[in-house]
Amino acid sequence: MAAPSSTRIEQLGYLWTDERLRGIAFQVLAVAGLALFFAFIIWNTAANLKHAGLASGYGFLLDPASFDINQRLIDYTSTSSYGRAFLVGGLNTVLVAALGIAAATFIGFVVGLMRLSTNFLVSRIATVYVELTRNVPLLLQIIFWWVVILALPRVRDSISVADVVFLNNRGIRLPQPIFEDAFQLILALFVAGCIGTFVLARWARKRHELTGRTFPVGWSAIGLIFGLPALSTLFVGLPVDLDIPLLGRFNFEGGFNVTPELIALWLALSLYTGAFISEVVRSGILAVDKGQIEAARAVGLPPGLRTRKIILPQALRVIIPPLTNQYLNLTKNSSLAVVIGYQDIVSIGETVLNQSGQALEVISIYMAFYLTLSLLTSVLMNWYNKRTALVRER
Amino acid sequence: MIATTRRVLSCAVLAAFALPGIMGTAHGATLDDVRAADELKCGINTGLAGFANTDDAGNWVGFDVDYCKALAAAVLGDASKIQYVSLTGKNRFPALQAGEIEVLARNTTWTFSRDVDLGLTFVGVNYYDGQGFLGPKSLGVSSATELDGASVCIQTGTTTELNLADFFRTHNMAYEPVPIETNSEARAAYEADRCDVYTSDASGLAATKATFDNPDDHMVLPEIISKEPLGPVVRQGDDQWADITRWVLNALISAEELGVTQANVEALAQKDGGSDNPEVQRLLGSEGSMGAMLGLDADWAARAIMAVGNYSEIFERHLGPDTRLGLERGLNALYSAGGILYSPPFR
Ligand SMILES: N[C@@H](CCC(=O)N[C@@H](CS)C(=O)NCC(=O)O)C(=O)O
Repeated sequence: MAAPSSTRIEQLGYLWTDERLRGIAFQVLAVAGLALFFAFIIWNTAANLKHAGLASGYGFLLDPASFDINQRLIDYTSTSSYGRAFLVGGLNTVLVAALGIAAATFIGFVVGLMRLSTNFLVSRIATVYVELTRNVPLLLQIIFWWVVILALPRVRDSISVADVVFLNNRGIRLPQPIFEDAFQLILALFVAGCIGTFVLARWARKRHELTGRTFPVGWSAIGLIFGLPALSTLFVGLPVDLDIPLLGRFNFEGGFNVTPELIALWLALSLYTGAFISEVVRSGILAVDKGQIEAARAVGLPPGLRTRKIILPQALRVIIPPLTNQYLNLTKNSSLAVVIGYQDIVSIGETVLNQSGQALEVISIYMAFYLTLSLLTSVLMNWYNKRTALVRER
Repeated sequence: MIATTRRVLSCAVLAAFALPGIMGTAHGATLDDVRAADELKCGINTGLAGFANTDDAGNWVGFDVDYCKALAAAVLGDASKIQYVSLTGKNRFPALQAGEIEVLARNTTWTFSRDVDLGLTFVGVNYYDGQGFLGPKSLGVSSATELDGASVCIQTGTTTELNLADFFRTHNMAYEPVPIETNSEARAAYEADRCDVYTSDASGLAATKATFDNPDDHMVLPEIISKEPLGPVVRQGDDQWADITRWVLNALISAEELGVTQANVEALAQKDGGSDNPEVQRLLGSEGSMGAMLGLDADWAARAIMAVGNYSEIFERHLGPDTRLGLERGLNALYSAGGILYSPPFR
């Protein structure tokens, strides 16, 4: 009779001494504690905000914003809603992030290769650039470029390029293309060219795998994608009008303006992140097995092809995961925009917060926005990463 | 650069700033907090000549600063027991809501939505103002209605931003808003010609213009496009504190009306041989128990006036014709002198 109870006690003791079970118990406790902690913070914050009359849900997003925004990718006036103001700000963030990612990637690959160059001067220049940009706070770089642009000539003394593009301390004024109806034909041809190129490229790859014969896909692509539309303009003329900027009383009128704030932010983000990417690229290339390069040389591949066909595809596998990090950093760093008054989502959100008093709602919108943007970037890069990884398998 | 860093800081802390304070448990009586800390936390601007800026010795001086001093003198008996907190247009309200300051005296316009929706209480008006435009004379503009197509510097988080949008929309004019965080940066952007004109409260424009190297090269355009009643603000929900802050302001205005000055207040406050005007006696505490009704002692108002003088003295010292701002009293003259400044009676 005593035996079963003693085993039960033993079992209980065993529960305690079993490392795995004990681990689980501690984890459950920790999670519960953490959940309680956050629940308390959220509850307390909500209660206090309510007490201060400051949290009333997202209904305010429909109220008119009543302020203007100087850079709009979609229609917006001061009578539009707060919600739309957020959309304008979000798009401004996406714009500078996309431009920044493109430029930083380009800079990163060029500088990464330069640093590995056997030419002393080339690699030295690259090193100086990397050390300089990487070690100065981004915030200062943003302000630096802004001040540089503000020091450009005034509107009346603009630096003009062929009298259609004007550079001054209020930014760059470019002619704005206005598309006529016939432009749709050109657009259709362009799309057709892209599809044709895709089909051709697949056929060429198959044939290359089967017979080893190569096909000049690059040149045919240019012909298909740009040649066809260009040819058609011979018949329909160029169905695009240019709205050329003209000097008005205060500013240029017509065309469209790239603000000093966008230029400064874009330059700073690209140069800063470009330095980090160049290091990622360099380490990726150094990680490629020496034997691969020697083998490529042995079969007589010229240096250009060696880099393109042997080194880069293998280096990419190492490069892409840290590259994704850099893209995410750049996107998040773009919120420093607020220091120079670039109207990104944070800058506009702050104004909304100030005018509407909806602190928690506005901050939750920032968080949701950056989270979505970051996850999207990650998903895209992971997909690309898988593709490059597969190439190795084949 | 310093201004920029300051603005960056203020932006960065916005969220961090608002949340912990909001998360803290509900506020107790503000008067007790101030007494317990033996210090008044007063929110002022980041630097605007005449209203709040630092003198050569690094002390805060100005029209708004003097209100802080009067309040500290009334409540704590010492006009120097103040912690000044510099705030931008954007972070001033979160700072007040979060309990970082007990009162905000920062060129702040009394509007419906701020008073009703933001959980704030405006306790009065210490300067009747309106929004204007400042531009270089060389621009050749004589009226704000000629500004179609101009770039306009504005301070973010202000009523200015909203009035500007309304003004250009109703006049069917286009413009490029150039949003800037603080007055000193707006000034820098304006001087770098990032914008053609700078718009703000007319008093602020006069202050900004006064600090230019060549003030005479610039002019304030004649149009005033809005009403900007500026005044001290407190958190909603503490009526006693709102009363104290309201009546300190009224005391300064009444003092002017009643001829009580920094120089004569001590004499007038005497129980014997002091003023024989009953309202002066009530104001200065030699008669009645108004101080006690506020939760203060009898000479609260006398101390405030002793510290900074009456409204007129404060105005003349920081904003008046003898200062570099050179502002006339205008609307801010007493109602009995052609203005609209009017304190309810001390009765
Ligand atoms: N009265 C307006 C504008 C207040 C405002 O920001 N005024 C400017 C200039 S008149 C100022 O005080 N700047 C000082 C600073 O930047 O700290 C409001 O309450 O929104």
